[in-house]
Amino acid sequence: MRYLPLTDPDRQAMLAVIGASSIDDLFVDVPEAARLDGPIHGLPLHASEMAVERHLTKLAAKNLAAGSAPFFLGCGAYRHHVPASVDHLIQRGEFLTAYTPYQPEIAQGTLQMLFEFQTQVARLLGTDVANASMYDGSTACWEAIGMARRITKRAKAILSSGLHPHYVSVAKTMAKFTGDVLETAAPTLDPEPDHARLLDLIDGDTSCVVVQFPDILGRIGDLSELAARCAANKALLIAVVTEPVALGALRSPGEMGADIVVGEGQSIGVGLQFGGPYVGLFGAKEKYVRQMPGRLCGETVDAEGKRGFVLTLSTREQHIRREKATSNICTNSGLCALAFSIHMTLLGERGLRDLAALNHAGAVAAAERLAKVPGVELVNTGFFNEFTLKLPHEARPVVRTLADRGILAGVSLGRLYPDEADLAGGLVVAVTETTTPEDVETFASTLEEVLA
Amino acid sequence: MSINRSGWKPEMSQVGASDTATFTGNRALMLEEPLIFEIGSTETTGVDFDPILPGTGRGTAGEAGGGGGATTSDSLAASPLHRPSDGPPPRAGEDRLGDLSRTAPIGLPGLSEPEAVRHYTRLSRQNYAIDLGLFPLGSCTMKHNPRLNERMARLPGFADIHPLQPVDTVQGALGVINELAVWLIELTGMYGVAMTPKAGAHGELCGILCIRAALEARGDPRSVILVPESAHGTNPATAAFAGYKVEDIPATPDGRVDLEALKARLGPDVAGVMITNPNTCGLFERDMKAISDAVHAAGGYVYCDGANFNAIVGRVRPGDLGIDAMHINLHKTFSTPHGGGGPGSGPVVLSEALAPYGPLPFTERHADRHITLVEEETVGDRHPHSFGRMSAFHGQMGMFTRALAYILSHGADGLRQVAEDAVLNANYVLRSLDKTLDAPFAHSGPCMHEALFSDNGLPEGFSTIDIAKALIDEGYHPMTMYFPLVVHGAMLVEPTETESKAALDQFIGALRSVAERAKAGDSSLKSAPHFAPRRRLDETLAARKPVLVWKEPEAAKAAE
Repeated sequence: MRYLPLTDPDRQAMLAVIGASSIDDLFVDVPEAARLDGPIHGLPLHASEMAVERHLTKLAAKNLAAGSAPFFLGCGAYRHHVPASVDHLIQRGEFLTAYTPYQPEIAQGTLQMLFEFQTQVARLLGTDVANASMYDGSTACWEAIGMARRITKRAKAILSSGLHPHYVSVAKTMAKFTGDVLETAAPTLDPEPDHARLLDLIDGDTSCVVVQFPDILGRIGDLSELAARCAANKALLIAVVTEPVALGALRSPGEMGADIVVGEGQSIGVGLQFGGPYVGLFGAKEKYVRQMPGRLCGETVDAEGKRGFVLTLSTREQHIRREKATSNICTNSGLCALAFSIHMTLLGERGLRDLAALNHAGAVAAAERLAKVPGVELVNTGFFNEFTLKLPHEARPVVRTLADRGILAGVSLGRLYPDEADLAGGLVVAVTETTTPEDVETFASTLEEVLA
Repeated sequence: MSINRSGWKPEMSQVGASDTATFTGNRALMLEEPLIFEIGSTETTGVDFDPILPGTGRGTAGEAGGGGGATTSDSLAASPLHRPSDGPPPRAGEDRLGDLSRTAPIGLPGLSEPEAVRHYTRLSRQNYAIDLGLFPLGSCTMKHNPRLNERMARLPGFADIHPLQPVDTVQGALGVINELAVWLIELTGMYGVAMTPKAGAHGELCGILCIRAALEARGDPRSVILVPESAHGTNPATAAFAGYKVEDIPATPDGRVDLEALKARLGPDVAGVMITNPNTCGLFERDMKAISDAVHAAGGYVYCDGANFNAIVGRVRPGDLGIDAMHINLHKTFSTPHGGGGPGSGPVVLSEALAPYGPLPFTERHADRHITLVEEETVGDRHPHSFGRMSAFHGQMGMFTRALAYILSHGADGLRQVAEDAVLNANYVLRSLDKTLDAPFAHSGPCMHEALFSDNGLPEGFSTIDIAKALIDEGYHPMTMYFPLVVHGAMLVEPTETESKAALDQFIGALRSVAERAKAGDSSLKSAPHFAPRRRLDETLAARKPVLVWKEPEAAKAAE
């Protein structure tokens, strides 16, 4: 077995030191009825590196990779070009095979990176502070709702109908156990987000309003009025960003007054990976920092006065506070945060703005072209790199038909909202810098044929 | 200067090298590295984009027609790599951002690629890692991470697929999830598995929510979860999050759950217990089956924290011990890399009693080998009791691929050997050091995959932290310190199965030497580490005046 260095003579010598006659002696505490006397029957035995590679390569080949087809899916996961150096650097063993930086003297690499990450995220989201990452956007979102409950001591959370339905679903699951009361609604195919509905619902019992920017249909709206109404009612505005590249072109939620801004960081540095691992972003106003979940990295000095970094404010966390912690989160998304941070450093502000402009211009051109397909309407007034089309038929089978013809045509709202008949014609289309004009033309002309 | 056979004869000056200041502050390979905010600029970028395509409205902002001069010959210009840079000016397309365009500076510094590669490479060298040496962090299972697994996860068929692609286009990915699920079920002897939890703590939550859903379904919600004092902090945090009151379970003097005390506490208000097995003292809970039977008899459920499953994989199936739910840290037992703090992955195996309540989505394999995804739209009446969704999409796919590669490499025989070697290595450390350091449970028999020591017997003024920090100078990551809480000054050493005997012997020698220096009152331990990139860091200052983001020096000063 190539991963196990002990030889049989080693094992014998070590048993002698221990004073045991066989390895079984070391498992004496296992009740006899529960001891397995050999490898579990029916399972394969060990395999060579080459054999494993062959098997998994075969499975991988059964999938249609996004890069090998015209590709237009978004809805919370986006395909962007990740520079080669990002993947090289995150595979440095000193990053890849390190642990959570509990011993700061020999973990300054991870800690400094986290400090840089926190600063990048806070600046991007427009918040005072940010943490060292959460699992993903959906879990960051419900952690934000819980944080708002702790701060306001109120339970009513108003969720925008434009919030990603999986995020709503996660929040609903958690609310069953935490006692949060969620006001939810399914989206409608309106050109603008549902801010009017949210403004109507805010009252003195409201803990928070959760609004996605851009929303699940790609729509964008100014959050300032929501922020003001929340503030007037002593409620918090939580903004959710599932496409952080958008913040290279759009005002940040923090700038528009959001109290907590969470997001899915996958777009930058991480890749699609069938949905995970991703990286949750979590930023907030500084006054709320002691109610934040998750790890925080802070600056300090060492015994010689040199600048260094440590995990800090851990009295919020489970390993110190146990049942009184702000969250049970322990391991987060360290390596994905590193990938995000490296990619963001390679982009810099100029690169991010260029990337965002490129995405937007491509999306505008694609929306114009697709809206020319007979029977297809563009729903959105405003959007960044993702917009919703209304097809004359149910979108679900259209997507399947296009997939059979080698085109990954976006996300049908029927898949996300199976119970909402009014949304069945909706198709959410994302366009990034990886989408070529030829891809758009192939999509549009094939869609024409399919709908004809 | 004379020359010897192998080259120049260097002058071997004895001048006190350690006192010599350097201009840069660097010390040879120990390189200081500023923050990106101090070396980067918002105008610098290490990324470039394709130049604008005429008539398509695509292009790089502020650089219309950029990339000019790229066409060096007709043949190159015609290749898809080079797009023509002349032609009509780009049609920018109507801006659809409304009045939401970002105008204010963001403050994100950029570095060119060589600068960025150097920045992160220098940072990496300030980290300790398994690739550098033995990493005996108890309970965390820092074992070798095979690189085959990295290669497999990066196959475009796995790395470059979208979670919402039509299921017919991702049959291989669903196949990975299914194949891993089958292994996890077989290895644990359980009924089903929820694959989506994103890490161990998320898995705990999944298990406890299943328990709560099952109890509520029978109209008997209950209010208390019993947790031993030795438990990971995530256990009580999880139970509290799920709305339960947490009560301690007492321990016996030999470090196990006190079965009789537990039985006495069980009753109609107890929803269940959370027990780590092997436990955080590195000991197998001999009475586990009896505990499960007692809890079941009282109408509760048994959650097992599976963080230490690596000690028993292939030798014991938790299902045979009456467990109802257990998370498996793929980043521990099945060696997906810890990555400096994640990502993890925490699938939860479930008993028949709890499986109906597990979260969406899950995969189902049909008789024709076709695999379907059960999610909101397809759930229908097939999984009516599910407590819902725990995260977007399908869980940590990238970790599934790595874990499956690890499992297939080892096979049923290799995994059993993994547990045996992990336990053998830990006992070897325990018996090699139990005369030097206090080993509170060594008298009660063998340990499992980790050896527990305490700071009892160290002279006044010396504690676990001094041993730990001195180990850093010896070239090791320290063991887990001050955990579990049930032992004074705990030192929890988990060598894992991927250490050779020679590596263990050197580590044992180092730990013995450090312990003996402490016993001799060597005060230099109090200021260790001496040779790390940083000396002991002031954590009190960090917490008292939190600096969590970088600010320009003027802004930082103004904020004070």
